[in-house]
Amino acid sequence: MKPFVSVEHLAKIYPGARGEGPNCVFDSVSFTVDQGEFVCLIGHSGCGKSTILNIVAGLDTATSGRVLVGDTEVNGPSLDRGVVFQSHALLPWLSARKNVAFAVRSRWPAWTDDQVARHAQKYLDMVHLTGSERKKPAELSGGMKQRVGIARAFSIQPKMLLLDEPFGALDALTRGLIQDELLQICAATRQTVLMITHDVDEAILLADRILLMSNGPRAGIAETVKNLMARDRTRQTIHRDPHYYPLRNHLLDFLVTRSKRYRNGAGSGAPHTTTREPAQEVAQ
Amino acid sequence: MRLPLRARAALGSLLLLALFLAAWQLATLPAPASGGTDPEYAAMLGGHKSGLPAPAQIAEAAWAQLKDPLHDGGMNDKGIAIQLAWSLGRVLLGFALAALVAVPLGFFVGMSPLVQRALNPYVQLLKPISPLAWMPLALYTIKDSSVSSVFVISICSLWPMLLNTAHGVASVKREWLDVARTLEVSTVRKALLVVLPAAAPTILTGMRISMGIAWLVIVAAEMLVGGTGIGYFVWNEWNNLSLANVIFALLIIGLMGMLLDFGFATLGKLVAYRE
Repeated sequence: MKPFVSVEHLAKIYPGARGEGPNCVFDSVSFTVDQGEFVCLIGHSGCGKSTILNIVAGLDTATSGRVLVGDTEVNGPSLDRGVVFQSHALLPWLSARKNVAFAVRSRWPAWTDDQVARHAQKYLDMVHLTGSERKKPAELSGGMKQRVGIARAFSIQPKMLLLDEPFGALDALTRGLIQDELLQICAATRQTVLMITHDVDEAILLADRILLMSNGPRAGIAETVKNLMARDRTRQTIHRDPHYYPLRNHLLDFLVTRSKRYRNGAGSGAPHTTTREPAQEVAQ
Repeated sequence: MRLPLRARAALGSLLLLALFLAAWQLATLPAPASGGTDPEYAAMLGGHKSGLPAPAQIAEAAWAQLKDPLHDGGMNDKGIAIQLAWSLGRVLLGFALAALVAVPLGFFVGMSPLVQRALNPYVQLLKPISPLAWMPLALYTIKDSSVSSVFVISICSLWPMLLNTAHGVASVKREWLDVARTLEVSTVRKALLVVLPAAAPTILTGMRISMGIAWLVIVAAEMLVGGTGIGYFVWNEWNNLSLANVIFALLIIGLMGMLLDFGFATLGKLVAYRE
């Protein structure tokens, strides 16, 4: 099957300060996301993972390489790719419902006010914000704000969802709750998702496939790890799955040691990506 | 028991007023007749009266003015409400004309760093010019003193509104614009529904500053061109040597300025948002 999104040889290079060479953040980043697949991109801060997401969203441009969605090349933002921003990015002068309605109205300009309001309410109900829809973002807790952001992104029914460390600023308890909600919604809608995170447990819980990025400069995707656990996994039972600890150890080992050792572009034009399936390690 | 801060502050204000009025009354008490002064010379100076009117005299003058505010006895004899209305009308007209130019232009300047840099030297050069210095040029080209003072008000209201609008528009959070971009919002819709509400508090602050300056300038402009208005009233009463009326007019000017400022502060609260 043809991948839904294919990212091909992306590189981002900033011109260096005077007397210094150009600063290459990442280079030769290639990966694909299939229809209905949940992919997590994980790496240390500064490796350019947010920039990659912004390039896929069309908000930023790559120095070289391209992103294909279906058969068309991305050359700007689109309603087909919904974005959940790290800082929730709600418009502070609008209530929760009006923030979602703003997106709904952008998607379906011909709808009546009533249709827009009902559609927005449906998505606010989905993220369990019933009763708080009239509140302004400043009156909502961090978790609730991010839920509005998620409702806004889902409400336009995008073909693909892009999440940029959406739970980074939340406390562990709230994060867990929203992760569960997101897992349910994605399972129900078969939404295609690309998510940035630096949280190993979040990636294990949510992702079908995890892309590991090496440290910058000249960061790249060092490994691709398949999550072999059943898709109906939950936060409560996941740690009893035999695949859980090998996968978690594998990811942690990468972040602690291997992410530093990996050298992007070392050798000739050979593919830099290695695919590991941790389950096989258990079998050995 | 302690009163809340607001009540104590109000008490303090009243106390200050009482002290001030008492001191004023004492200072303007008729001087005791001393044998050294020639009675005729004293009579020429206005008898036993001191030069400055006492608070009671000002209250008297105020009452006389407020009793018949719409009185119109010709050129130099108009009621205070008529004069105030002339000044207010000029200020509001000049301010509105300035807003019509400054807000759209400020939007444009704020959106484009190129335009901002290109216009900046001229704005910096024109901004420090006293608005009254434009008066000769205005009188020469417009040939109408009343319209000229409206023009002067426009010029002085222009800069704070222009600079604040440009600043407000230029500092709209990038993430809000990114949201609009990912939703494929049209330029007009983005300007009206994202940039304008985001910049509105800063724009309103600019308007409040402009209005403050305009109200300062109108008094001086009307003193200069004469005819009508609260500024002309002050100058006319000075020529009549009626200091009681001058002081009364000063209070009215202060009060009106306070009301205008309060109005814009209220508008500012309406468009304010908490992040």
